[in-house]
Amino acid sequence: MQELFSDVIVPTADYISRIIVPMLEGTVVTLKLFFITIILSIPLGVLLALARISSKYRLLSGAVGTYIWLLRGTPLLLQVFFVYYGLPNFGIILDSFPAACIAFVLNYAAYLAEIFRAGIQSIDKGQYEGAKVLGFTYWQTMWRIILPQTVRRVLPPVSNEAITLVKDTALVYAIGLGELLRATKIAVSRDAVTSPFIVAAVFYLAMTFILTKVFDNLEKRFSVYG
Amino acid sequence: MYMIEARNIHKSFGDLHVLKGISLTVDKGEVIAIIGPSGSGKSTFLRCLIHLEVIDSGDIIIQGQPFAYETEDGKSHYVPDKQAREICKKLGMVFQNFNLFPHKTVLENVIEAPIVVNKMDRKEAIDIAEGLLSRVGLADKKDNYPSQLSGGQKQRVAIARALAMKPDIMLFDEPTSSLDPELTGEVLKVMRDLAEDRMTMLVVTHEMGFAREVADRVIFMDNGEIVEEGCPKEIFHNPGNERTRSFLEQVL
Repeated sequence: MQELFSDVIVPTADYISRIIVPMLEGTVVTLKLFFITIILSIPLGVLLALARISSKYRLLSGAVGTYIWLLRGTPLLLQVFFVYYGLPNFGIILDSFPAACIAFVLNYAAYLAEIFRAGIQSIDKGQYEGAKVLGFTYWQTMWRIILPQTVRRVLPPVSNEAITLVKDTALVYAIGLGELLRATKIAVSRDAVTSPFIVAAVFYLAMTFILTKVFDNLEKRFSVYG
Repeated sequence: MYMIEARNIHKSFGDLHVLKGISLTVDKGEVIAIIGPSGSGKSTFLRCLIHLEVIDSGDIIIQGQPFAYETEDGKSHYVPDKQAREICKKLGMVFQNFNLFPHKTVLENVIEAPIVVNKMDRKEAIDIAEGLLSRVGLADKKDNYPSQLSGGQKQRVAIARALAMKPDIMLFDEPTSSLDPELTGEVLKVMRDLAEDRMTMLVVTHEMGFAREVADRVIFMDNGEIVEEGCPKEIFHNPGNERTRSFLEQVL
């Protein structure tokens, strides 16, 4: 196998200019999946967390518990396969990109729900009492008092999840989506060189670096109240 | 009409019978100090009055409106949530641990409830809040976060926050118990001012000086019961009950 590849590990500028366009196109797909997942799984995760901690609706809480167990207890790749190859058996036929989005959002919402649940439950019960005696309803208390304080506490674990997500997007390669890793692998196979892997690594590192900075900034912004 | 009327309140936490038939009426403008040893049920009683705890049996009537009532089976029920919230708005509460909102500035803490709960116009809420903050001596701290304040300052903000809802009755649950001794004075002064303005106040406290000088009536609770009540002079100088006497000997 090894001898099929040329000896170039560090890609030349000339070579990069040839592969950069398809790799950037792959990156666009990666980023699209990333943003769709983040934007949809966060609100879904909040709702799941609220349902999970509900003492009023026991059945709902139990159902969400089972949901979280299923989604955290099976491989994300299996879930992607299930949505893409399995759902057609139930008459639901999806293109690969929406299928990937659905599996990712459902999976990430389960993880985020547990992070949010822990964050919400870490808020002192005096905050609920303080709001209650001022006449706040449950939703006013959650929206104005509890969730805003939860944000700061969950930023570090959410940052972890976001970084994992960037790399997990590579899984959708398995259902033929043209994301970054697939574009890379195509170049590797076609040109019999390994250097595109290095370029891809740099791309992933750049994305996670920017994410890290964004979350650092958010943490700073939320630390003003000491 | 009484501001608060509590009849034969019972409350247990599991096997622990915390309130054993408390009855109390509070007149408009009256300042009542509730004293007694730790674990006597005085904080629990106050918390039941504002629905932070739920009574097992008995009735609570706030300004003539039933708030919790006992049914045939001997169990008490609070009125439905929406109605309960309306009645609660007549009551302001100040906690031992302040319970300020740490993610909001001093001013935001005070305007939050008028805006969110009473849908008050923001400008009007700010006007009222600034007035209240001046009244408690913290006008210059309005843009600070609670974490930047001393305990005494936090508690004064908490009082301003409660007053912003224009309550008819103020409940104080050991408002100075978590403060350094040198900071209790500034909080007690604000409470004294309120008393002079004839605010109806129920104060659970270990500050015997405050109880003696400011309260119209002192209630001594022990072991879930009201053991003795009367004007401060009687209670402090001539307590009729042995338990009151031994408690006062310990704390004075």
